[in-house]
Amino acid sequence: MSDWSRIAPQLADATGETLYMVAVSAVLTVLLGIPLGVLLTVTAPGGLAPLGWTHRVLGLLVNLGRSLPFIILLVLVAPLTRGLVGTTIGSTAAIVPLTVGAVPFLARLVETSLREVSPGKVEAALAMGARRRQVVRTVLLPEALPSLVAGVTVTVVALISYSAMAGAIGGGGLGDFAIRFGYQQFRTDITLLTVVALLVVVQALQFGGDTWARRLARR
Amino acid sequence: MIELNDVRKVFPGRRGGADVVALDGVDLHVPAGDFAGVVGPSGSGKSTLIRLVNLLERPTSGSVAVDGRVLTDLPAEQVRRARSSIGMVFQHFELMDSRTAAENVEHPLELAGVGRAERRRRSAELLDLVGLAERAGARPRQLSGGQKQRVAIARALAARPGVLLCDEATSALDQASTTGVLQLLRRVRDELGLTVLLITHEMSVVKAVCDSAVLLEAGRVVDGGRLDDVLARDDSALAAALLPAPVADDRVAGTLLRVTVTEAAPEATVLRVLIGQLGLGVEVAGGSVETVAGGRHGRLLLRITDGDLAGLDTALRQLRAEGSKVERVAA
Repeated sequence: MSDWSRIAPQLADATGETLYMVAVSAVLTVLLGIPLGVLLTVTAPGGLAPLGWTHRVLGLLVNLGRSLPFIILLVLVAPLTRGLVGTTIGSTAAIVPLTVGAVPFLARLVETSLREVSPGKVEAALAMGARRRQVVRTVLLPEALPSLVAGVTVTVVALISYSAMAGAIGGGGLGDFAIRFGYQQFRTDITLLTVVALLVVVQALQFGGDTWARRLARR
Repeated sequence: MIELNDVRKVFPGRRGGADVVALDGVDLHVPAGDFAGVVGPSGSGKSTLIRLVNLLERPTSGSVAVDGRVLTDLPAEQVRRARSSIGMVFQHFELMDSRTAAENVEHPLELAGVGRAERRRRSAELLDLVGLAERAGARPRQLSGGQKQRVAIARALAARPGVLLCDEATSALDQASTTGVLQLLRRVRDELGLTVLLITHEMSVVKAVCDSAVLLEAGRVVDGGRLDDVLARDDSALAAALLPAPVADDRVAGTLLRVTVTEAAPEATVLRVLIGQLGLGVEVAGGSVETVAGGRHGRLLLRITDGDLAGLDTALRQLRAEGSKVERVAA
């Protein structure tokens, strides 16, 4: 790697872009995905606030988002991206498809986590005179917290792999870096370097998430 | 006070199956301060019945009143508020794993918007009442089953309810913990003047704590009343469930007498006549006598081993006239 001094700053920039895209879309995904997951859970038949049609429509939307290959979704949400960010190119623009792709993913994981909270605990809270909102806030979410943290971790790792694809359509980041420097210039060493960089990020995240979830579960 | 009037609960059949009638016209009256039990085999509708009292289940028809308020007439928001004055304890405790024992006790107060200082004070007071003051900071997973149920009882009492519902509260506990929890329930009833409704499939639980009980079978109340009255009746299905009739070994010869022992009619009266006056040889062929609801109750089977039976029937008639419950078992 004779040109290391030329490549190193670019790799650093690319890593920074990836972290930026992933961090912002992760925050947005949590803010949107958890409420959506809660809504899916409580509107389900036999749930806290069963609403058959709302549940079916939400479920359909979530399945639609989950079944679309991310690369197709990137193109499909382009008009939305342009409307929100003004452009479809760059890391900021990539945040929109990343979030749209990850929200349904997290919502399903949240739904699964919340459904695992024993109905007896919900019943106990209702017997104490809890409002439905209070059941969500003081029972469902806190009791499912270890599993929610695990779900968010999985989602963020998925976001990292999505973000590499977003790079392919001008989002920047490590994916973009690997294609431009590694693939297109036949530099397998740079491709491998990118893989290592991604691996480090994913490992750190997974380890952090696992540790946190385990600590919560051990309470 | 709890009052169910002609309550029916029908669950719609699944996938075109027939509807399931869980409760079929149940009347239940638990006076204020009473410790009442509902016993019955599984599937008899007990769980549905207790869930109707705080409207966790809505009856299909009939009315439910607690402490003079007809809950079935109230709008949802008022039902929710009324629930905070009805404590409930569950078979599997249903404590929040994310909370410490003290935080679990504070939970209902938090829901009611009670301030933090007052919540702390109240949870400390309640954990002390249930004998777990030193475990306040423990998580449910660090507590034994009996301790968890004590925390759950403290939680159920936090909002100062007038009524406590116990749904198979001891069924998941071993014998020692069961005894401890039952004593605690009895004590809080006495100290706080609560009305308690307890459902269980264990007759021993009813005998240990209840003042009154009803027997539920296939969604209907088939028998019930104050335990001392019920146990004095020979024809009572509930009494037969609580104190099963003794069976004698029929390979042994001898005339058998069945005696229903109550506080008012002790077996001593019968024995005095049989042994003292008639000079008969008597042995106990089966049965038991226990202290239930503060009085001695039992079913005994006596065998006459020797002596002259000539005066027996006259003597038994005389005993019955004086209030003893004794009769000759047809051979």
